[in-house]
Amino acid sequence: MKAARILGAAAVLLIPVATQNPYVLHMLIMVLMWVVLGQSWNLLGGYTGQVSFGHAAFFGIGAYTAGILIKGGAPPATAWAGLLLGGLTATIAAAVIGWICFRLRGPYFALSVLALAEVLRLVAVNWKQLTNGAEGILLIPAFNTKAYYYYIVLAIAALNFVVIRFVMRSKLGYYFLAIREDQDAAESLGIDTTKYKLYSLLISAFFTGMAGAFYLNYMNFIDPGIVFSIHDVSIMVILVTMLGGVATYWGPAVGAVLYILVSEIFRVWLKSGHLVFFGILIIVLIVFFPNGIVGTWNERAAKRSRRRVAAGPETT
Amino acid sequence: MSPQVAGQIELLLQVLISGVLLGGLYALLGLGMSLIMGVMKIINLAHGELMMVGMYITFWAFTLLRVDPYVSILLVFPALFLLGALLQKYLIAPVMEVDSILPENQVLLTVGIGMVLSNLALLFFSANYRSVPVSYANKTMYWDLKPGGQTISLSFSVPMLVAFGIALVLGSALFLFLGRTDLGRMIRATAQDKRAAALMGVNTKRMTYVTFGLGSALVGAAGALLVPVYYLFPQIGGPFTLKAFIITVLGGMGNIPGAVLGGVVLGLAESLGSVYISLGYKDAFGFIIFVLVLIFLPKGLLGKGRA
Amino acid sequence: MSLLELKDVTKRFGGLQAVGHMTFSLNKGEILGLIGPNGAGKTTIFNLINGYVTPTSGGILFKDERIDGLKPHVVCHRGLARTFQVVKPLARLTVLENVMASAFCRTNNRETAREMALEATAFSEMESWRDRSAGSLPLGMRKRLEMARALATKPDLLLLDENFAGLNPAEVEKTIEIVKKIHGSDVTILIIEHIMRVIMSISHRLICINYGEKIAEGTPREVADNQQVIDAYLGVAHA
Repeated sequence: MKAARILGAAAVLLIPVATQNPYVLHMLIMVLMWVVLGQSWNLLGGYTGQVSFGHAAFFGIGAYTAGILIKGGAPPATAWAGLLLGGLTATIAAAVIGWICFRLRGPYFALSVLALAEVLRLVAVNWKQLTNGAEGILLIPAFNTKAYYYYIVLAIAALNFVVIRFVMRSKLGYYFLAIREDQDAAESLGIDTTKYKLYSLLISAFFTGMAGAFYLNYMNFIDPGIVFSIHDVSIMVILVTMLGGVATYWGPAVGAVLYILVSEIFRVWLKSGHLVFFGILIIVLIVFFPNGIVGTWNERAAKRSRRRVAAGPETT
Repeated sequence: MSPQVAGQIELLLQVLISGVLLGGLYALLGLGMSLIMGVMKIINLAHGELMMVGMYITFWAFTLLRVDPYVSILLVFPALFLLGALLQKYLIAPVMEVDSILPENQVLLTVGIGMVLSNLALLFFSANYRSVPVSYANKTMYWDLKPGGQTISLSFSVPMLVAFGIALVLGSALFLFLGRTDLGRMIRATAQDKRAAALMGVNTKRMTYVTFGLGSALVGAAGALLVPVYYLFPQIGGPFTLKAFIITVLGGMGNIPGAVLGGVVLGLAESLGSVYISLGYKDAFGFIIFVLVLIFLPKGLLGKGRA
Repeated sequence: MSLLELKDVTKRFGGLQAVGHMTFSLNKGEILGLIGPNGAGKTTIFNLINGYVTPTSGGILFKDERIDGLKPHVVCHRGLARTFQVVKPLARLTVLENVMASAFCRTNNRETAREMALEATAFSEMESWRDRSAGSLPLGMRKRLEMARALATKPDLLLLDENFAGLNPAEVEKTIEIVKKIHGSDVTILIIEHIMRVIMSISHRLICINYGEKIAEGTPREVADNQQVIDAYLGVAHA
C-alpha cells in the first residue's frame, strides 16, 4: 500500500519530465485546478454540510485580486504574491459573506451565497475603473512553460489535501461532521456552530481564492462571465464533488478527472451540444450513485465489513 | 406645475407602470416555483429551462402553424404539465427517496435536467436569437393625464398588458384550484404534512407529480407570454430561474398571493433601479432584496409561508 | 446549596403560554424528577434551561450565574448537559465518534477526547457498539448514546429527557443502574420520565407540572398522593 503511494506520487511528479505535450499538460493542469476547487467545496459542503451554490464568489475574487494587483498594483504584485493575496482576499470576503449567510440554514444558505456571488459578478461587470468591466483583464504570461504551472497547481492541490486531512482528524473535523449531521445536537454538545461553520468556510474560501488566482495566472485572461459564472464554476464544483463523492478524501479528485475527461471527449467528439451528454451523465450518476463514485464504493466496502456507513473522519 | 416637474412625474409613473406590468409576468414565473418549493421542498434549478421549452413550443407553433402565442398557451400548458410530471415521476421522486449524505442531490439532478434541456435546444435550434413577428409586438396604448395645465402622457405596451391580464387570471385560477377543489386541498395537505396526508389517504406521490406538472405548466405559460415581447435562445433559462427564486422567497414558499406580490416587487425593483440608479446593476437589486428578505423576513413579505 | 434555580420563568409562543411562572431549585447532588401529562411543558423547560429558547420573563441561575439567554453551547461549557427525548444521533458517525465530538467540549486533543469517549461509552455500557454507525443503532442504544454523549462533556448537571421511553424491561433496569452510577459520580440530575415506577424509585424529589405551571412539589410519595396530580393525569372526571 505504501509502496503504491510512493510510486503514485513519483509518477505525478515526473509527468512533466516524461511529456512536454502541452495538450496533455493543459488537461492535467485543469484537472488539478478542479481538484483544488472540489476539495475546498467539499470541506464546507461535504464535511460541514453547508452547501454553497456560490463558490464562484471566492474563485472570482481570488482571480480579480491577483489580476488587479499584478496589472495595476503599485508596485505590481508578482504572480506568487498574487496567489497568496487572492486567497487572502477571498478569505476576507468569506468572513463577510459568512456573517450574512450563516444566519440561514440549508437551501436558504445555499441560495443566499449564490445571490451574493451574482452581485459580485455584476460589480465586476460594472465597476470599470477597477476591473475593466466586461472586457476583463489580460496579462502577460509570467512563466512560459506549462510544466511550471503544473507544479504550482500540484503544490496547491497537495497543500489543500494535507490541510483538509489534518483538519478532519482534529477537533475541527469532528465539529464539522457533527454540524452536518445535526446542528441542534451539535449546539447542545458545546459546539459553537456559527463559529465552526465560519472556520470551514474560511479555509474553503482561501483555497478557492488561490485557485482563482492560479487560473488568472495560467490563462492570462479573466472576465466576469467566466470567473463568476454560476454554471461553469459554482454549480460545476458541486457536480465535480458529488460525482466523485462528497465527504470523501478522494472524491473531488475522481470527480475532477471524470469532469475534464468526459467534457473533453464530448467536446471533441460532438462539438456543439456536447453538454447534453454531460447532463445525461450527471442524471445517471445521481440516480445510480447517490453518494458519488467514491462514496458508493466506500458504502459497499462498509457493508462487506459491516462497519460504519460512510463519511466518518477515517474513511478514505 | 412646471414642465420639469411634470416630466419627472411622467417618468416615475411610466417606470412604475412598466415595473408592475413586468411584475405580472414575473408572478407567473414565480407561481410555478413557489408551488414546487412549497409542496415538495424541491429546489428546481431547471425552472428557467422549462420556461425555455415553453417558449420554443410557442415559437414553432407560430412559425410552422401560425398559431398566435396567446393561443399556444393551450398547447404549452398541457405539454409542460406532462413533461414536469414525468420528470418528477421518473427522475426526481426516485432520487429523493435515496438516503444520501447531502439532501442537495435532488438539486443537482435538476441542474442535469436543465443542462440536457438547454443543450438539446442548442443542438436542434442552434444558438441563434429568435423572435416571433406578431403584429402587436410593439403596439402601445396611451393615456394622457392633464393635471395643472401640463400633459402627462403614459404608454402601456399591449402585449405586456395582455401578459399581465393572463398572468392574473392564471394566478387566480391556481388560487381557487388550491383552495376550493379536492385535488387542490390534497396538494395543500401534502405540503403541510406529507405523512399525515398519506395517513388520511392522500396519494402523496401522485400529488407531487401533479404539483411538479402544474409548476412546469405555469412557467411554460409564462414563457409563451414572454415570446411576443422578448427574444428566445437556448440559454435563456438560467437568469429566469434566479428570478423565480427571488420571487418565491419574497412571497413566501407556497404562498400564491405572495408570489404575485413578489413578482410585482421584483418588477418594480428592476425598473426603478435601472432608471434611477444604474442600468448595469439592474439585476443586483433583486439579489440584494432577496438576501435581505431571507434574513429579516424569512417567511416572505406577507409573513406567512404555505398555500 | 442550589445548583440550578428557576425564578418565575414564563415562556409564551405567540399567544400560547408554554411555561408559566415556573419557580424551583435543584440542590447539588440531588435527583429531581419532572412529571406531568403530555404537552404539559416539560421539554420546554429543558429547552429553556439549556438555551434553545429564551424565557419571555424570569431568570435561570446555574452555579449562581444567569444562564437564560445564553446559547446552548455556552451553557454546555458551563457544565450543563442534556439528552433529547427525540434522539439526535450524528447518524453517519460511529458511536465512538459521536461521543468524541462531545468530549472535545473539554479538550482540544484528539487522543484525550478518544480516551474520554472510551471511558464514557464504557460507563454507559456500550463498549460493544462503539464502531457501529449511530444511525444503525436500535432505539435502546440510541437512548444510551444520548447519555454517553452528554456524560462526555463532563457535566455537573445532567438533564435527562425520557431516556426510558420505549425500552424493554431489561433495558429499563440497566438504565436505572446507569443513572444511579452517574449520580454516584457526583452529577446532579434533573429527569423527565413517564414511567412511574422508574421516577418514583430514583428521584429524591418530584415536581409535577400541568399546562406549564407547577401543581405539586415534594417527595415522590407526597406528589403521587396529591389530588391535583391525580386529576391532571386521570382527568377531573375521575374525581
